Amino acid sequence: MNLHAIRAIYRFEMARTGRTLMQSIASPVLSTSLYFVVFGAAIGSRMGQIGGVSYGAFIIPGLIMLSLLNESVSNASFGIYMPKWAGTIYELLSAPVTFVEVVIGYVGAAATKSVILGLLILATARLFVPYQIMHPFWMVGFLVLTAVTFSLFGFIIGLWADDFQKLQVIPLMVITPLTFLGGSFYSIAMLPPVWQKITLFNPVVYLVNGFRWSFYGQADVDVVLSASATLGFLLVCIGAVWWIFRTGWKLKA
Amino acid sequence: MSPNDPAPDAIVAVRGLSKTYKSGFQALKRVDLDIHRGEIFALLGPNGAGKTTLISIICGIVNGSEGTVTVDGHDIVRDARVARGLIGLVPQELSTDAFESVWATVRFSRGLFGKAPNPVHLERILRELSLWEKRDAKIMTLSGGMKRRVLIAKALAHEPRVLFLDEPTAGVDVELRHDMWQMVRRLRDAGVTIILTTHYIEEAEEMADRIGVIDRGELVIVEDKHTLMRKLGKKQLSLQLQSPLATVPAELAHWPLELSADGQTLTYTFDTQGDDTGIADLLRQLGGMGIDFKDLHSSESSLEEIFVSLLRNGA
Repeated sequence: MNLHAIRAIYRFEMARTGRTLMQSIASPVLSTSLYFVVFGAAIGSRMGQIGGVSYGAFIIPGLIMLSLLNESVSNASFGIYMPKWAGTIYELLSAPVTFVEVVIGYVGAAATKSVILGLLILATARLFVPYQIMHPFWMVGFLVLTAVTFSLFGFIIGLWADDFQKLQVIPLMVITPLTFLGGSFYSIAMLPPVWQKITLFNPVVYLVNGFRWSFYGQADVDVVLSASATLGFLLVCIGAVWWIFRTGWKLKA
Repeated sequence: MSPNDPAPDAIVAVRGLSKTYKSGFQALKRVDLDIHRGEIFALLGPNGAGKTTLISIICGIVNGSEGTVTVDGHDIVRDARVARGLIGLVPQELSTDAFESVWATVRFSRGLFGKAPNPVHLERILRELSLWEKRDAKIMTLSGGMKRRVLIAKALAHEPRVLFLDEPTAGVDVELRHDMWQMVRRLRDAGVTIILTTHYIEEAEEMADRIGVIDRGELVIVEDKHTLMRKLGKKQLSLQLQSPLATVPAELAHWPLELSADGQTLTYTFDTQGDDTGIADLLRQLGGMGIDFKDLHSSESSLEEIFVSLLRNGA
């Protein structure tokens, strides 16, 4: 294992985060605060409780997931897309590193950043609504697992994208709609019966519900199913990245 | 020893290397090449000849279609980790990070190639490349020549044994070019094997111990520089005549002579290898025939002329 290489990549990526602190940390925290003000305080005060939890508290796990997914995907995809765009990828390709080391470096850094962001949003939420965390261990587990999985997914998008538009299109056209429709702001029990069935095909439902369960001990889908679905997606992403590095797809002529 | 075994002092051994791109373009055709330990090897060729493809395969950026490459005995595919650790690459394009500092990018390169941090070594490299004062500058604020040197510093950060320089002096001013040549020689003196591609013939003539010429994916020739120039080079003697001649006189027909269109200049081409150039005999005979000349000069073909004639013959 080339530990020096993992460290070098990780450090390089974290330094990039440090340089773009406003964009990468401050802006998601601010926008999530706006959600709390609008949905939690203004609208939430007129809504009843959902499963014994106030609406403001109910949306916290979903809002964290929303930022976590978007930031994981955009961090990781940008991290590997930039060297391709700038041409500095030659160095990575010629270096004595395996795909495992490259992925640990890039995805590790992107996931670290997302987890920090998630915790910051959680702390910010405290300013607006009281909440409890029934299963802190599981909460952190879901946070890390989701951050890693979607950073891997973002890494694949970054490898696949050959222009900036492609880099944006998946987060914008896929991740955001799936998160909004994935029960971040509502319980799927509120949906008409047909949509309750359809929505179960949305992977984000499992992420949000697993995460919400770790807060309030209740969710629309079983926590074991949630954890399994997330793990399954993680394995699919690892498989895809492994295949990309083995074949050199989009990387080597 | 079969012809497929690398030469005993070969640090890079290329055997039967071919590359066909997806488009069907065949960039390399069964190339065999040994790079000797500690030499400066210049790879010459016109644009699109396959120079960069060859280097890219050895460095692991492009996958070869057929054939093998070993670096110090380590196969670049099966034993990639060791082989790649021995190589440093300075690419042709000025591909650098923009927002990083010089120091951060050089430190990154060393780590990426699996070496423990060594600020003393990095400082020495940056000083040698006159980049020390700029170590905290963002790379995007540097001039083109400085960016080129940053790429060299990155390639040297992990103390490679073999350094590939792909068109190192393209777009570099004369002064910096001479600095770079000096640096390359110092590296060679320190035991680093250097392979450079260039289309400045002057550069190969100045720097290289051996020269390989590649054209349309084939190595046309690989030869010691001096041997190459002796073997393929020609010398010419030009005589400015007192009075023009209409034709070369019949008595001189056995000499390889050419008369210029205006009949004023007689050119004698001779082999640089022979001890007896024949000049004295020719001049005596001309004197005997009463052909006087007012001036004479001899010239030797440059590597450039050799290069052009090689490519033309290959066509």
